[in-house]
Amino acid sequence: MNTAVLRTEARLLAREPGSLFWILAFPPLLLVILGAVPAFREPQDALGGLRVVDTYVPVTVLVGLIVAGVQAMPAGLTGYREHGILRRMATTPVRPSALLSAQMLVHAVAAVLSALLTLTAGRVLCDVHLPRQPFGYLLALLLAVLAALALGSLISAVSRTVKIAGAVGTVVFFPMLFCAGVWLPVPSMPDLMADIVVLTPFGAAAQALGDATAGDWPGWAHLGVMAGWAVLLSGAAARWFRWE
Amino acid sequence: MPVIEVTDLRKSYSGRPVVDGVSFAVEEGEIFGILGPNGAGKTTTVECVEGLRVPDAGRVRVAGLDPVADHDRLTRVLGAQLQEGRLQEKLTVGEALRLYAALHPAPADWRPLAERLGLTARLDTRFGKLSGGQKQRLFIALALVGDPRVVVLDELTTGLDPRARRDTWRLVEEIRDSGVTVLLVTHFMEEAQRLCDRVAVIDQGRIAALDTPAGLIRRSAGATVITFTPSAPLDERELNALPGLASVSHKDGRITLAGGDETVNAVISLLARHRVTAHHLRVGDATLDDAYLDLTETTS
Repeated sequence: MNTAVLRTEARLLAREPGSLFWILAFPPLLLVILGAVPAFREPQDALGGLRVVDTYVPVTVLVGLIVAGVQAMPAGLTGYREHGILRRMATTPVRPSALLSAQMLVHAVAAVLSALLTLTAGRVLCDVHLPRQPFGYLLALLLAVLAALALGSLISAVSRTVKIAGAVGTVVFFPMLFCAGVWLPVPSMPDLMADIVVLTPFGAAAQALGDATAGDWPGWAHLGVMAGWAVLLSGAAARWFRWE
Repeated sequence: MPVIEVTDLRKSYSGRPVVDGVSFAVEEGEIFGILGPNGAGKTTTVECVEGLRVPDAGRVRVAGLDPVADHDRLTRVLGAQLQEGRLQEKLTVGEALRLYAALHPAPADWRPLAERLGLTARLDTRFGKLSGGQKQRLFIALALVGDPRVVVLDELTTGLDPRARRDTWRLVEEIRDSGVTVLLVTHFMEEAQRLCDRVAVIDQGRIAALDTPAGLIRRSAGATVITFTPSAPLDERELNALPGLASVSHKDGRITLAGGDETVNAVISLLARHRVTAHHLRVGDATLDDAYLDLTETTS
């Protein structure tokens, strides 16, 4: 990791209003809008006494993370290859891999920041309680970030141009949102669907974050699913990534 | 001792040889040109010198370093301006200079460098807002910011307007005068003729000729060009029989002959013999353009 490269990448991400909005502003906004619906603030017996807005906290946390990993980062990485920025870096004493790791780190930080903003907005504006098992929550969040970055790296590895990366990212984006529970939070899904969805990285993440919020240590099966996807996807990305 | 040595370099892409046995040596402090048509293997050759490509065969040394095995040390002595490169659209000129200076262990001070390249007024301008000439000047600055001994400039002036091109040429001369060896890839004859101490003409992956620009012109068949409009028609057979003649062409009553000094004398006595006046008579040296076409004609 090169600090000059990292500083530059952080500064450049701060100049992308689109990425900043979708990663940092949209998820808390979505949660607050859902929390403004009166029916969503009523405890539901079917949800074990939780309100609908409570079940949407893990979902909105994951939205920011998925946008950062699957939409914002692949476009950046692919552009760096397509526009010869990685090649130019290869003519300096710093390896071009420093650019990749800086890109991953700034998007990881943005994703975690997005999660913190969403939790804060939920706490302050929607009376959502903070995770009762904070360490388990943090672990689940970090594994989910790793899985998102690994998925984004793979998208960038298989996409020759920024346009292709954008298209592939969008195709991957909606199923990932579905698994995270945007249309139907995982606890509300029919059993068979939930059983399948928790085998996907963000379905497992939604469950693990939900468990940690309730005060339980997230299930090792969910953490294992996320870790497994992170290893598998980053291995595939490393295998297929081209420097030019 | 040469600062760049390339010996019998070979590189194929999917079985098709792109560089097919290229050898040359660049002396410290010269501007060495690599000239050739598109797809001749120029860029692949310099990419092997920059360590961006691994040669299939042959030997490349830059300041005694193997560009692939000693890549890290190579990047400290060699700066590169790449063909068709870009930077992040929203990175400013000043940030780019500071960043690339920070990537080198012993960088040049980027402020005087920016001054020399006329970028001082543009330090806060984002890359995406720069003109073509400003972008190229920034790329030159980035290639020089590591304080290299050798700089590779690939298709430096492609897409620049004539004034920006001339400004850039002056910069390249200044770089050489500051003691940096320049390896210049170009397909502009005028650029090679104006800047280069020596030129290697590459055609279809091989060196077709290697000499000073003047030497290349002298070596080509029609080093002297004579044009005139005769007051009366001249006998075609007599024209074709002129000594040292390389080519004859007619256009709108005007005759253009390419040949040597003896051709000039012979055409003057031919005109005198037939009492023909040569209107607008011009005798000039052929350009590198003519020499280049002559050199690459046989193969393309």
